[in-house]
Amino acid sequence: MFVRGLKRKCFDGEEDIEGTLAGIKAIPSYNLQRQSLLDMSLVKLQLCHMLVEPNLCRSVLIANTVRQIQEEMTQDGTWQMINTQSTGQASLDRLVSTDILCRSSREQAEGKHVPGYTTFNKDFEGDQAQDSSETMSAASSVQVPRNLQSNVWEMENPQENKGNFQKSLDQIFETLENKSPNSVEDLFSEVDNSYYDLDTMLTGMMSNSKMGHCDGLETFSSPTPTASNSNCKSDLNELDHIVEILVES
Amino acid sequence: MLARAGGGNDIQWCFSQVKGAVDDDVAEADIISTVEFNHSGELLATGDKGGRVVIFQQEQENKTQSHSRGEYNVYSTFQSHEPEFDYLKSLEIEEKINKIRWLPQKNAAQFLLSTNDKTIKLWKISERDKRPEGYNLKEEDGRYRDPTTVTTLRVPVFRPMDLMVEASPRRIFANAHTYHINSISINSDYETYLSADDLRINLWHLEITDRSFNIVDIKPANMEELTEVITAAEFHPNSCNTFVYSSSKGTIRLCDMRASALCDRHSKLFEEPEDPSNRSFFSEIISSISDVKFSHSGRYMMTRDYLSVKIWDLNMENRPVETYQVHEYLRSKLCSLYENDCIFDKFECCWNGSDSIVMTGSYNNFFRMFDRNTKRDITLEASRENNKPRTVLKPRKVCASGKRKKDEISVDSLDFNKKILHTAWHPKENIIAVATTNNLYIFQDKMN
Repeated sequence: MFVRGLKRKCFDGEEDIEGTLAGIKAIPSYNLQRQSLLDMSLVKLQLCHMLVEPNLCRSVLIANTVRQIQEEMTQDGTWQMINTQSTGQASLDRLVSTDILCRSSREQAEGKHVPGYTTFNKDFEGDQAQDSSETMSAASSVQVPRNLQSNVWEMENPQENKGNFQKSLDQIFETLENKSPNSVEDLFSEVDNSYYDLDTMLTGMMSNSKMGHCDGLETFSSPTPTASNSNCKSDLNELDHIVEILVES
Repeated sequence: MLARAGGGNDIQWCFSQVKGAVDDDVAEADIISTVEFNHSGELLATGDKGGRVVIFQQEQENKTQSHSRGEYNVYSTFQSHEPEFDYLKSLEIEEKINKIRWLPQKNAAQFLLSTNDKTIKLWKISERDKRPEGYNLKEEDGRYRDPTTVTTLRVPVFRPMDLMVEASPRRIFANAHTYHINSISINSDYETYLSADDLRINLWHLEITDRSFNIVDIKPANMEELTEVITAAEFHPNSCNTFVYSSSKGTIRLCDMRASALCDRHSKLFEEPEDPSNRSFFSEIISSISDVKFSHSGRYMMTRDYLSVKIWDLNMENRPVETYQVHEYLRSKLCSLYENDCIFDKFECCWNGSDSIVMTGSYNNFFRMFDRNTKRDITLEASRENNKPRTVLKPRKVCASGKRKKDEISVDSLDFNKKILHTAWHPKENIIAVATTNNLYIFQDKMN
């Protein structure tokens, strides 16, 4: 039928780790399937239509699926990783970080396309306008979650304690919700001025309060303001447009 | 099978008509998004993604042609909704017609409600077949006559003219929905109606456009806690205080508007406990209800989820009284269907006039009917290959696994782009309207 080939490299990495971790289900393919389902779901949550509001029912169902997988993975202990934090936190942390990579709609109020995982880039490249630099930076950061030996995961990140998977999903919902800002303040709070500063973007030093809990993973936040120059400019134009309307009224 | 030759009361379905473009290249605007018969069955309305409504009228039965009932021909076409742009959110509002509901006929004109994601409109469709002629001060072409040239007076009279059908918007009910409208339902009092979006249901009076009452609100204070949305809603056909709404978690809530102004607390909750043997990551998604319809009698309601149709007795909340599998062979393919998004397809369902048969669509342009009395079911296909009138449709069968018999189709050969989401059954006769992506098929039972 539709069986799409997933890139082998992601599976190879998994297979090496499967054997070393304790308390996993006996059938490795179940974990692989579950992981790919999780990846697929997160990508689906990111992809928003450019101009039309995303389907809320679909988003809720996918988000619930992701939550289910996360809960099961937590119970499995599959989320046990090289991590100095508690088990509960560890399981959630990994998803937080990967989700930070996914999460772009926080700062992109218009819900533009974002870099997906490299495993799915092949499928979605046609749909997304990305700079090659973004793809590369996304690629390097995406590789890390797969590589459990990476030192990055050992980073102490007190912010992560607050952040959890729930919150990551929340961000997505807030974005969906914030497409209808209740007040002018809401409208403008979404637009962070540092967003338009190229230097800020590239160094990933986002000071947006809503992104607060990802401060610790600064090296990963660089791909998140995924907007390229052209996106910045169009956002500026839209901002001007909005101000025009408000001023006229 | 329902269409067994010579089988008693079994219906034999024949192709009658097909409407729409022939070529395979489907124009996006032509995608049919809703189909609805009016209360007499004489009119059949379709809405499409381009915001247009096309109404077909059944021609009077031809006494010489006793073999078939009247054909449906185009009666009126109009642009109901236009694309809009929401400047604050910087998003387009689609003009796609999500639902059409007819009002019962009260006078010579017909009225229907049509809705897109945000705005509901009440349309009046009226006929004009006479026009006044013989004015004293106007020429026939409309030019004014010089009064000084008028020497005699005459009385203007109505003379017949070619039938003209006019559609005019009488009410526009706007700005009441933050989320996407999925349902509208006219109350049995014929004065009010409800409109439901993902999180809220509003009650309107047909005459009043600047006010609506919110009767259900499931939006959590913190959107982060959102896990369930409203998927469909309908008024009870007889009790004007009762309505139901279904959710993405597979529950149906029946509410009584007499209980309180805000019906956030249901009077009844219909939910079937999950079958633990069938549990998977997709369980919730496939339990999401895509359509809910009361029977004409009002005693039962039918729900459609991804794989099945369930009939509920309103007096029994803990499980449905009947369950029919629409395409159980898809259960093993759920992961692929999730990947290509087909698992989110919203199929509708409908009752026949006597509530004895229910119908719903599937993939590969198949549609299914379940006879509640005989417990027999049939799968038919809407395709131009069977378009000889009065030829009985051949039943189809999907082979789930193993050896494929002759004439069977294997699951892997199904075309998942050819989906029948919208079907309608004439309120009184065995005439059905089945919408493929961009074509409307009309089938009738074979009259002997």
